[in-house]
Amino acid sequence: MSNFFVSSIGKKFVMSVTGMFLILFLIVHLTVNSMIIIDDTGALFNKAAHFMATNPIIKIIEPILAIGVILHILFASLITLQNQLKRDINYPGLRRYKKYDTCASTNWQSRNMYILGTVILTFLVIHLINFFWKIRYTGSPLLEQPTILSSEIKNVYALVTTRFTTWWYVLIYVIGAVALGLHLYHGVWSAFQTLGWSNRKWRKILNVIGVIISVILGGGFAFIPLFVFIKSII
Amino acid sequence: MKLTLKIWRQNSPKEKGAFKTYILDDASQDMTFLEMLDALNEKLIAENEDPVAFDHDCREGICGSCGMIINGRPHGPGKEITTCQLNMKAFKDGDTIVIEPWRAKPFPVIKDLIVDRSAFDKIMEAGGFINTDVGSAPEANTYPIKTHKAEEAFEAASCIGCGACVAACKNSSAMLFVAAKVSQYALLPQGKVESLQRAWNMIMKMDELGFGSCTNTGACEAECPKGISLAHIARLNNEFIKSGFNKLFADKH
Ligand code: HEM
Ligand code: SF4
Ligand code: FES
Repeated sequence: MSNFFVSSIGKKFVMSVTGMFLILFLIVHLTVNSMIIIDDTGALFNKAAHFMATNPIIKIIEPILAIGVILHILFASLITLQNQLKRDINYPGLRRYKKYDTCASTNWQSRNMYILGTVILTFLVIHLINFFWKIRYTGSPLLEQPTILSSEIKNVYALVTTRFTTWWYVLIYVIGAVALGLHLYHGVWSAFQTLGWSNRKWRKILNVIGVIISVILGGGFAFIPLFVFIKSII
Repeated sequence: MKLTLKIWRQNSPKEKGAFKTYILDDASQDMTFLEMLDALNEKLIAENEDPVAFDHDCREGICGSCGMIINGRPHGPGKEITTCQLNMKAFKDGDTIVIEPWRAKPFPVIKDLIVDRSAFDKIMEAGGFINTDVGSAPEANTYPIKTHKAEEAFEAASCIGCGACVAACKNSSAMLFVAAKVSQYALLPQGKVESLQRAWNMIMKMDELGFGSCTNTGACEAECPKGISLAHIARLNNEFIKSGFNKLFADKH
């Protein structure tokens, strides 16, 4: 069985399962974030953030999530590197005559999943340093700003909305979100195909579901910082 | 019509190859693509030059030996045809045509446009068969099979093993080929019994021979001369994963 995770399909199996898990997490995450827009006193978002930070179920899911991200990146790097080494040794680098060295019949996202993933990862690191790390470990005066809620609840709303008044910071978020949208545009149907949960009919349905999920997640994560930024300048 | 041909010339697997440019003045739109190459070779022989080596046999799209990349596409322009079925009507006077062999590590170039596809034979030896005595043709209605299953299996069985899927794939993956072979048996009662182990053995062999993994990009499907669908790859994935889980949890093989 250890062979399974070394095999080409076994490695893709890990990519697929971790990818699906990450999507589920992102749907929950976006739902929580949408409170920023729904309630501009920040109470709803602060409560939701408090719940996410203290809930025991989330405590269990958190390490699983971290492992999922690491496995996804690890296997992505392995697969991408190994696949690049499968080209003709007498014609390294290119697959065909340079003018034609692309597959016109395929979409750009599916050929550039690793590049999109790297953009997402860069974004993720910036995001974690600025929010997760501050909230969990280093703290920030903004978090201590009084809220209308109990004093135990940190003012995450103040931290987030203050951060998103800087235009270039918002831009980083928009780029990250667009990369995520493109990653999932191919990733959603691909994850089902990898598990074998697709056929001629479901392929069409899954493609539509994939577009919907990528637009909601990509668009949603881009919209919230833009919304806060635009509100701060008008 | 007058054509400029840029053709990959390589003397042996070990030697370095390069593109060489030829001018063919008297090509005709009535020729097939291979007849055009024949005309070029006659000219080269008359000029005492080494003719371009290319593989071909049936010249009617069933043997799968005529693979080459024409203007960046396996089997050239046109949907669901092999190179031998490609007509020169697809080109016009003054065109430049770039012709290359399949490029993938497990398909070493033997000479010019001919590659060694015996890796496919090795994958077939690993599982592309059934272990029962087939005997003589059975009575047609012995095994009731649903029409859609028979049709799906038939589509899979139409794979001619040409290797265009590998050549089209950015990862040099042979997944569409293996999927066709696994599907062809998995849907029929005689082949079903060994289906999981077959998927396992064929994929392990595919990996060992140096083919890449599937990114679900779909270049193979777009270039397959027989229109084999990615749906077969989904079936292969399913059979392989089940096989892996059986080995882990059910102690089955
Ligand atoms: C948090 C965000 C992410 C989500 C939701 C996500 C989701 C997915 C999904 C669903 C797939 C399809 C799996 C399959 O084809 O079976 C996928 C594929 C892929 N992901 Fe991600 N991913 C994320 C982050 C990343 C990162 C950070 C990287 C790398 C640095 C990455 C690299 C890749 C690559 C290379 C593939 C294609 C693998 C292949 O088909 O060969 N992803 N991702
Ligand atoms: S699947 Fe299609 S492209 Fe691949 S070997 Fe078979 S016929 Fe050729
Ligand atoms: S020569 Fe047989 S398929 Fe082209």
